[in-house]
Amino acid sequence: MSRLLLRGGRLVDPVAERDGRFDVLLEDGLVAEVGDRIEAGGARVFDASKLCVFPGFIDLHTHLREPGREYAETIHTGLAAAAAGGFTAVCAMPNTSPVNDTREVCEFIRSRAAGARSAQLYPIAAITMGQKGQEMTAFGELVETGAVAFSDDGHWLGGGLLRHAYEHAGLFSKAIVQHCEDPTLSFHSPMHEGAVSARLGLAGQPAMAEAVAVARDLLIAELTGGRLHVAHISTARALELVRRAKAEGIAVTCEVTPHHLLLTDEEVATSGFSTRTKMNPPLREASDLVALLAGIQDGTIDAIATDHAPHHADEKAVDFDSAPFGIVGLETAASVVHDRLVARGRLGLDRFVSLFSAGPARVFGLPGGTLAPGSPADVTLFDPEARWKVDPHKFVSKGRSTPFAGWELVGAPAATIVSGAVIWQRADI
Amino acid sequence: MRSIGQRSIKKVPALRGRMVVNLFFEASTRTRFSFETAEKWLSADSLNFAAKGSSVEKGESLLDTARNLQAMSPDLIVIRHGSPGVPHFLARHLKAGVVNAGDGAHEHPTQALLDALTIRQRLGRVEGLRVAICGDIAHSRVVRSNIWLLTKMGSKVVVCGPPTLLPDRIAAMGVEVTTDFDEALEGADVVMMLRMQLERQGMSLFPSTREYFRLYGLDAKRLARAKPGAIVMHPGPMNRGVEIASDIADSDRSVILEQVANGVAVRMAVLYLLLGGHPWEGES
Repeated sequence: MSRLLLRGGRLVDPVAERDGRFDVLLEDGLVAEVGDRIEAGGARVFDASKLCVFPGFIDLHTHLREPGREYAETIHTGLAAAAAGGFTAVCAMPNTSPVNDTREVCEFIRSRAAGARSAQLYPIAAITMGQKGQEMTAFGELVETGAVAFSDDGHWLGGGLLRHAYEHAGLFSKAIVQHCEDPTLSFHSPMHEGAVSARLGLAGQPAMAEAVAVARDLLIAELTGGRLHVAHISTARALELVRRAKAEGIAVTCEVTPHHLLLTDEEVATSGFSTRTKMNPPLREASDLVALLAGIQDGTIDAIATDHAPHHADEKAVDFDSAPFGIVGLETAASVVHDRLVARGRLGLDRFVSLFSAGPARVFGLPGGTLAPGSPADVTLFDPEARWKVDPHKFVSKGRSTPFAGWELVGAPAATIVSGAVIWQRADI
Repeated sequence: MRSIGQRSIKKVPALRGRMVVNLFFEASTRTRFSFETAEKWLSADSLNFAAKGSSVEKGESLLDTARNLQAMSPDLIVIRHGSPGVPHFLARHLKAGVVNAGDGAHEHPTQALLDALTIRQRLGRVEGLRVAICGDIAHSRVVRSNIWLLTKMGSKVVVCGPPTLLPDRIAAMGVEVTTDFDEALEGADVVMMLRMQLERQGMSLFPSTREYFRLYGLDAKRLARAKPGAIVMHPGPMNRGVEIASDIADSDRSVILEQVANGVAVRMAVLYLLLGGHPWEGES
């Protein structure tokens, strides 16, 4: 019987409506007791008196690259990076090679994760075989193997097929996760269309390409009663569509990334065309950031997700047009949001915690999101006073490309607990 | 610098023993010849690299190509590339100086310098002039560099083109933006026509070259809207009968060949300032 007592930390658990100094006793993988003063009674004691105790952080959007591109990231390195970023679980996108479109691939991914003493992995399976937009995958079988949602990520699907996908996913109460971008409007251009792209001479994706895609999917979700989860929402216009749809009772949720919340397209210019500012959706403009901040404050946005998308350094060491989209995020997400929004008074600590725990848990119906007795003993311990500087060379992830390199931050994950076991702990704790 | 080109022996020893690499990843006639001529007249050793026929065709990356050139210790690299920001990328990775000879639709700084020189020679000043730059604004590096330079020197710049080739947010660079060609030409001191990139036809950006000339082609009737002494410029290569009528291109209003001649002088000046003595040397 394993017992761990988290002693004297500031517990912030919005679901249980708790914010204060509590002891938390973890026993056999579950939260056994939460109280003012719990007797250790033989349990290992973890001094959390200088730390915050949060329900385990869950990342809805992670690319782990295995199978197929192990040189960029493996399931082991990705999950270890997640733990080092304070995440107790991640949802792995299916665009591996081969694509996660069958029971066999899904089982392989889960088996690789099972051996790792790190964050948990929830697979997201493809909507169509090979993400080719033709033949639907066997949703039932994939759900049985552990798939928590379905997505063809950046691949644009025809409306008819998508309608069937929503209908079919509805049988299993699973969400369709959409990278909302109409490629006939965006041409997958390397940056956002606006004053900066006009100045830099780079092709731009109009914000409209996202809004058009969101509008289409909202209408299909409404018709079918299916559930839409909008991945990495990035524009004010698309967010407004989601807000209205939620008010109308359409089953829709959405996530936002830290980089879309905190950085604008000016970053492409100020970084001198650095490929660490190239991701899809691209960095938008100031008015979008204002809208996204309002969205996380008022709950229109359900979760903050990383879209952790590692690439090999050689792949990113090319010109801006040729570089692949994607940056890493697991090891910076919680800290950059804490520093720029929580520590500076733009976001309440309770909303911060919800956006990283209860919010994502609700989106895919995952266990966790609270530390009420009986819940999984998945805990993120966070040091709100820690000061550190982002140095990509120290990342656990194989990916190093991040626009947050060099940022000086206040607040850092201190330890990560999964099923009652400490799977990661900052060196100085 | 200009006078060197008019001597019988066109060579000065200013950059003797200096090595310049002309690294051209994109087709270029004018700019490449212009830099080469400038280098020769200044006695620099130059090495010409064209992507075609090089190890780039064997899959060598841009960074490896550049590092290999760096190993030969050039003093300066003149780079032309189809992607915006490549000169910045090279400057971050190499010790040699880097001169941008055109990066995608981003910038072409030496073109702007030679344009400004040509304007000043013909009209005596740059400040206070109305400069209309017309054509495919979206894909033009010439327009962006000219906006930076001419607005800094006090010109009023108006950019004009069909809506499909005119990013309206370019107004944020401090220029007037219009899709009305006649309005752009009204009272202009300088009319700069840009090359219509014919390879873009078929991308539904404009219906036909005939339609384009009808709406945005410069002919005598159109030019009458500009000031009487207005000059006509074009960075080349021209599409006669598409963006500019031949009689205008070949008229005494046209300074197109003066631009080419000034290009050599301006590039000599750039090379000299970067590699030779600095006139401001010793200043803090």
